Amino acid sequence: MIRVVLPPHLRGLARITGEVEIEVIGPATQRSVVDALEARYPMLCGTIRDHITQQRRPFLRFFACEEDLSHELPDAPLPDAVTSGKEPLIILGAIAGG
Amino acid sequence: MSNVRVLVGTRKGAFILTADGKREKWDVSGPHFAGWEMYHLKGSPVDPNRLFASQTSGWFGQIIQRSDDGGKTWTQPGTPPGEQTTPEGMPKGESNKFVYDASSESGKPLTTHQWYDGTQHPWEFKRVWHLEPSLTDADTVYAGVEDAALFCSKDGGKSWRELSGLRGHGTGPKWQPGAGGMCLHTVILDPKNPGRIYIAISAAGAFRTDDAGKTWRPINKGLHSQYIPDPYAEVGHCVHHIAMNPSRPDVLFMQKHWDVMRSEDGGNSWHEVSGNLPTDFGFAIDVHAHEPETIYVVPIKSDSEHFPLEGKLRVYRSKTGGNEWEPLTKGLPQSDCYINVLRDAMAVDTLDKCGVYFGTTGGQVYCSADAGDTWAPIVRDLPAVLSVEVQTLS
Repeated sequence: MIRVVLPPHLRGLARITGEVEIEVIGPATQRSVVDALEARYPMLCGTIRDHITQQRRPFLRFFACEEDLSHELPDAPLPDAVTSGKEPLIILGAIAGG
Repeated sequence: MSNVRVLVGTRKGAFILTADGKREKWDVSGPHFAGWEMYHLKGSPVDPNRLFASQTSGWFGQIIQRSDDGGKTWTQPGTPPGEQTTPEGMPKGESNKFVYDASSESGKPLTTHQWYDGTQHPWEFKRVWHLEPSLTDADTVYAGVEDAALFCSKDGGKSWRELSGLRGHGTGPKWQPGAGGMCLHTVILDPKNPGRIYIAISAAGAFRTDDAGKTWRPINKGLHSQYIPDPYAEVGHCVHHIAMNPSRPDVLFMQKHWDVMRSEDGGNSWHEVSGNLPTDFGFAIDVHAHEPETIYVVPIKSDSEHFPLEGKLRVYRSKTGGNEWEPLTKGLPQSDCYINVLRDAMAVDTLDKCGVYFGTTGGQVYCSADAGDTWAPIVRDLPAVLSVEVQTLS
């Protein structure tokens, strides 16, 4: 199970509280985790990455194990601590706009 | 007795204000969608308990919400149980999917418009500014979006299709963004002619279709904008808002960047009716529900100082269809007031006497239950108000 922490706005949209546990089939990557997240919570489609381009939205970041993974390739493996469930993948709204 | 329901979109959520026909005691519901920018909410004339809302965010993109119980509960169209689901049984949410038409079927796939530096720039979807429910079908709703285009949903907001004839009619590459972005902010449906729709874009101008959105033409003859290379250009005017009284759909009133304008012929031509206004810059404009020659504007000092003249919040009313204006001040702050009233933040109810409402960037929503003679705040401390719509409920 992959643990995912969503920003408050998206937790509200998906009507969930706290962390989400996602089962990913195959290698755990940013893409496969978001795919699984959108499949389970379709109302999140288009909110983390663009509907068409599938690019991460500019003001969203991916963090795990105190590292910014935002610029890793979407198919790069996530850290072992994330795939083992020890650490969560944190999807975070950037501090922007004052 | 009739009731009124005021739908308020703000920078940090939506609020629903309700009262009986006296419009004195108000119940306030909200914030709905707290923390999100709620650009616009509007109810269906066919089914007043069906509300559509544009929920948007620079971080998370665009969401469409719908309520079928007058705003008590909300859902993204397409998500209610029982509709199409994923293999895991969860409902699919595609209500936020706005994709510009680039198909060969449209004949004119248009992918660029003019950018601030004069170069061509790709069309990029940002948000929905205005939702206009159909006058005849509760499942049909139009969305005016940024970058400027008109979309239509015929399944209650679940899926959206662009009416691409607007962008493709020929002048699209000349459109360019105003300071607030290149937004299609005004959608007016003609109640007597089902094929006729008016829209307005900042900063391209006004456009009309007479065949339900297949073909469009600019309707900017008579507009004069000193700040563009050709002051009388076919497109390029910064139209802020247009209003119509449903009983006379050929008569339109426009608040342009500067100038208040009037058309007698469905936008074929315009003439200025700013008259004795102290400044004719502004955003909001609306028409009395029962007196089609009575119109309201909120003059703003200038395009560089977006607040009322002299710190006095004054609505101006013309009972002569323009040119002769009177200030309405009773109940409005007459000192130290430096708010703005945005283009979609004024509305009227259809009670007798006609109620007039507007919201401010300072978070106040004012109501006049006597057609503008006197005003009182319904609420004073909301987030900045982006839009106000009113439903008169029997």
